[in-house]
Amino acid sequence: MEEPTLATDKKTVESIPAITIRFAGDSGDGMQLIGTRFTDTSALFGNDLATLPSFPAEIRAPQGTIAGVSSFQVQIADFDILTPGDNPEVLVAMNPAALKAHLHDLAPNGMLILNEDAFEEKNITKAGYKLDPRESGELDGYRVFEVPMEKLTKEALKDSEIKGRAVLRSKNMIALGLISWVFNRPLEDTVNWINKKFEKLPEVADANIKTLKTGYNFGITVEAFHHTYVVDKAKLPAGEYTNINGNIGLSWGLVAAAKLSELELFYGSYPITPASDILHELSKHKNFDVITFQAEDEIAAAAATVGASFTGKLAVTGTSGPGLALKSETISLALSAELPMVIVNVQRGGPSTGLPTKPEQSDLLFALYGRHGESPLPVLASRSPSHAFYTAIEASRIALKYMTPVILLSDNYVATGSEPWLLPDYKDLPSLSNNLTTKLNSKDGFLPFHRDMTTFARPWATPGTPGLEHRIGGLEKEEGTGNVSYDSDNHQYMTDMRAWKIANIANDIEPLELNGDEKADTLVLGWGSTYGGITQAVNRLNEKGVKVASAHLTFINPFPDNLGEILSSFKTVIIPELNTGQLIKLIRERFLIDAKGINKVAGVPFTAQELADKIEEKINE
Amino acid sequence: MSKVPVSYKRTDLQSDQEVKWCPGCGDYTILASVQSFMAEMGISKEKIVFVSGIGCAARFPYYMNTYGLHTIHGRAPAVATGVTVSNPDLSVWVVSGDGDALSIGGNHLIHALRKNVNIKILMFNNQIYGLTKGQYSPTSEEGKKTKSSPFGSVELPFNPMSIALGAEASFVARSVDMDRELTAQVLQEASTHNGSAFVEIYQNCNVFNDKAFEQLTSKEGRVANRINLVHGEKVIFGAEDEFAVTIENGEAKVVKRTDIDDSKIYVHDITRENPSVAFSLSRLSHGPYGPTPMGVFRKVQRETYNDDVINQINFAKDSKGAGDVDKLIRSLGTWNVD
Ligand SMILES: Cc1ncc(C[n+]2csc(CCOP(=O)(O)OP(=O)(O)O)c2C)c(N)n1
Ligand code: SF4
Ligand SMILES: [Mg+2]
Repeated sequence: MEEPTLATDKKTVESIPAITIRFAGDSGDGMQLIGTRFTDTSALFGNDLATLPSFPAEIRAPQGTIAGVSSFQVQIADFDILTPGDNPEVLVAMNPAALKAHLHDLAPNGMLILNEDAFEEKNITKAGYKLDPRESGELDGYRVFEVPMEKLTKEALKDSEIKGRAVLRSKNMIALGLISWVFNRPLEDTVNWINKKFEKLPEVADANIKTLKTGYNFGITVEAFHHTYVVDKAKLPAGEYTNINGNIGLSWGLVAAAKLSELELFYGSYPITPASDILHELSKHKNFDVITFQAEDEIAAAAATVGASFTGKLAVTGTSGPGLALKSETISLALSAELPMVIVNVQRGGPSTGLPTKPEQSDLLFALYGRHGESPLPVLASRSPSHAFYTAIEASRIALKYMTPVILLSDNYVATGSEPWLLPDYKDLPSLSNNLTTKLNSKDGFLPFHRDMTTFARPWATPGTPGLEHRIGGLEKEEGTGNVSYDSDNHQYMTDMRAWKIANIANDIEPLELNGDEKADTLVLGWGSTYGGITQAVNRLNEKGVKVASAHLTFINPFPDNLGEILSSFKTVIIPELNTGQLIKLIRERFLIDAKGINKVAGVPFTAQELADKIEEKINE
Repeated sequence: MSKVPVSYKRTDLQSDQEVKWCPGCGDYTILASVQSFMAEMGISKEKIVFVSGIGCAARFPYYMNTYGLHTIHGRAPAVATGVTVSNPDLSVWVVSGDGDALSIGGNHLIHALRKNVNIKILMFNNQIYGLTKGQYSPTSEEGKKTKSSPFGSVELPFNPMSIALGAEASFVARSVDMDRELTAQVLQEASTHNGSAFVEIYQNCNVFNDKAFEQLTSKEGRVANRINLVHGEKVIFGAEDEFAVTIENGEAKVVKRTDIDDSKIYVHDITRENPSVAFSLSRLSHGPYGPTPMGVFRKVQRETYNDDVINQINFAKDSKGAGDVDKLIRSLGTWNVD
C-alpha cells in the first residue's frame, strides 16, 4: 500500500467556541499519550485549554475490564477557561469497558466514537454488559460512530516492518488522527513529535505516522462524518505561552526559587504517586546545580533535607499523603531548629493507600496540625498548574525569610492536569532574601537564636563558616544562645515566639481578592485545586443573574490579613472542598461564622456546573 | 577533603557546655579520645560537623566546639547524608547508640553504608538503652534481664560488624572506650577513608549495663580475649601469643598455635575487595565475649556517593551549560498570542 497522503477535502466546517473531549481505553491503549498530543497541538494552535488525566493505580490492570480503564479529558476553547470541562461532548471509547465506565458522563447528543473491533462478545462480557450496548438501545440519544480501528491499523501496516501483536500498539493513532480531522487540527506537530520520540526506532515512528494519517483520512472518506468543527484561537492576554502540568510547574518553580535566592536546590524524596514526577523532573536539571536525593524512605528524605538546610541549601522534600505522615517527626525538628525547608505534599485520596491516582484535598488539617507538640508552620496551596510555579517560589521565599519549614500543598488534579501558562521573564521574578550570615552577632560569640526583630528569624550560619561553630537540635533551646534549656519561662517564650513568628507572616502575603459580584450576600471561599471549578461556577451564576462572589486562599496558615474583613461583609459563606469539611472547621473556629460546606470525596474534581447547582441550592436554602 | 595544616589543643575542641553524662560513663573517655584525635586531625574546626540522633551517646555534638546537629532518633545517617552532599568539603561525623543506629535507625545505617556516603559513623555500643533508663537493645545478649525483659530477653542480638559488612560498608572497625590508643588509631584510619566508615565503640554504661565489656577490658580479659587486627600482620593473640586465627574454606577459626604451622596463620588484609574474610572474622564472636577481633576489619576504596553526585552535576554543567530559567520554562514548546 502507498503511504497514505493527507486528503484535504473539507466537508462542512462549523465554528464552535469550545469542546470537551474524553479519550478512554485500556491502560495499555495509549490514551494519555493521544490526549496529551491533542492537547499540545491545540495549545500550539492557540486555544485555551485544561486537561484532566485519570488512570488506574495499577500499571496494567486486567485488559478489557473497567478497573483497567484509563482516560484523558481535555477542554479546548476560544475563550479563557478554567476547567477541563464538565461533561464531555465527545467520547472516544477504545473498548466496551471504556464505554461502560464513561458513557454516563457523555453530554446528551454527544459524539461517541467506538473502536468497533473491540466489541467482541468476550470484551462485552468482561465489561459487565449483558447485551452488546450497541444493540441494546442504551446508545440512543448519542451520535455513534463505529470505527474499525484495529482493521484500519492492520491494513495500514501490512507492509510495515512491525509485525504481529506489536502492530496493534499503533491503533490509538487511528483515534488521534480521526479526532484531529474532526476538529481540524494539523498533524504536523504530532508527526514531528513521533519522529523525535522514535528517532532510534524509525520503523516504529513510521508505523505510528502511517496509522495517524490513516485515521485522519478515514474521517475524510467515510460518509458518516459530514461535519467537522473548528475551535478558534483564544483571545488570551498577549505573550508567550507554554502548556504545563502542575508537577512540572512546581518543579520549575523550585528551580527558579533556588536561582532567585542564589542558593542551590536540594530535593530529597522517595517515589510516591502522584509526587514522583517532581523527582523525575528535578533530576533532569543537574546543570542548575540541583541535587536530587532518592532516599531509602520518606523519613530519610526529610532528614537529609534538614541536613541540606543546615548546610545552606534551598532544601525541599516532596511526597504525597502517606509520605507526609512519615515526615512528620522530621518536620517538627526543622520547626524546632528553625531551619528553612519546603515540604511539598501532592495530595491524593486517603486514608492509608487510599486512591493513589485520584485528587482529594483531605490532608489540609494534617498539614496544619499533623505534628507533635505546638508546631505551627505556614501552609499554602497551589490552585492550578501555572500557580504551582509561583507557589513554589512563594513557599521558598517564606521558608528562607522566616527560617521555618513551609508546607506546600498540591493535589493530583493540579499535578497531572495541564493548562496554558503565560510565561514570565525570569528578570521580572522577585529575588529572594535569606538569613545567611558569616559574622559574629554578639561580643560573647555567635548566638544562633538571636533573632531579627522584624521577621523573628534567627541567623543562618552554615558549616564551613569560621568562627560561627554552633550546635543546635530538637531539644528546647534558650532564646539567643540556642543552648539546651529546660527552663519553664524560656519554653513558654519559645513556644509563643514560634507561633508569633508564623502569625506575623500574614503581613507579608498577598491580600485575598474577590471575584464576581462583590456586593452579593454570598461568598464562595475555596483553596487549592477547586479554584477553576469555583470561579467558573460563580461566573456562570453571575451571568445568570445570581448574586454571588468568590475568593480563593493561597495561604491557609497564616490566613491573609484581610480575610476576616471580607468574611464579615457577606451574610453567607459557602466553602466547597474535596474533603468532608476541613477549611470550614478552621474558618468556623477562627471567625465564629456558620459557614456552609459543599463536600465531595469521590476521587474526581467538582465540575463547574455541579458547583453552580449546589451553590445556587445553598443560596436558596 | 581540603586539608589545611591546622592543629589545636584538645581544649579548643571542647564546647562551653557542661558535659552531662553520668559520672563514670564510658562516653567521657570516648569524648576525650575524639577531642584529642581531632586536635591533631589537621582539619579546621569550622569544617567539622557532628550529627547525632537521640540517646545518651547522641548528646555528643553539644560537647564539641565544631558545627553540630542533634536530630531525631535513628535518623542521623540520613541527616548527615544531606550535609555531606550539600558540602562535600566538610568532615562529617555521626555519633549514635546501639538503639539509635541498629533499632530505629537500622534502615538509614545500611543505606548510608551501601551508598558509600562520605560520613564517619561512630556507634557507641553499650548494649542497652541508656537514655530511656535501661531497656534491652538490639545488641543486648539473649537472656538479658532489664526493666522491659524481667524474665530475660528472648532476642538474638545483632552482630554490628556483620551488619556493616553485609551492607557493603567500605570501612568497618571496632574499638572499646577504655583503649584510647586503639580508638585514636581507628579514628585516624576512618578520617582518611574516602567514603562511609562504620566504627563500633564498645562503651560501658556503668548505670544500666556495667561491666558489659569486662571480658575485653579487665586486666586478664584484655590480654586473653582481644584479637588485635593489624593490617599486614599475622593475627595472633593470647597472653603468650599462643592463639592464632586461620581462614579455612573461607571460615575464620581460632586455633592453638601449637596445632598448626605458622604459615597457616591468617595475615590481615583490610584492602580485600571481597568482604567475606572480614565477615568471617566478624563471626568469631557474637558480642564482647571470649576472643573478639578489634581494630580495622575492612578499608577498601570504592566510588563515593558524594563524588558521583558532584560528577554528574559537573558533567551536566559541562555538557548543557549552566542552567537558564528562561530557557527551562520554554523547553516544552511555546506559542505566541498577539
Ligand atoms: C521516635 C522516638 N522514639 C523513642 C524515643 C525514646 N528514646 C530515646 S533514646 C532511646 C534509646 C537510646 O538507646 P541508644 O541508642 O542505645 O543510646 P544510649 O542512650 O544507650 O547511648 C529511646 C528509645 C525517642 N526519643 N524518639
Ligand atoms: S545512662 Fe549509661 S550511657 Fe547514659 S550517661 Fe549514664 S552511664 Fe552513660
Ligand atoms: Mg545504647
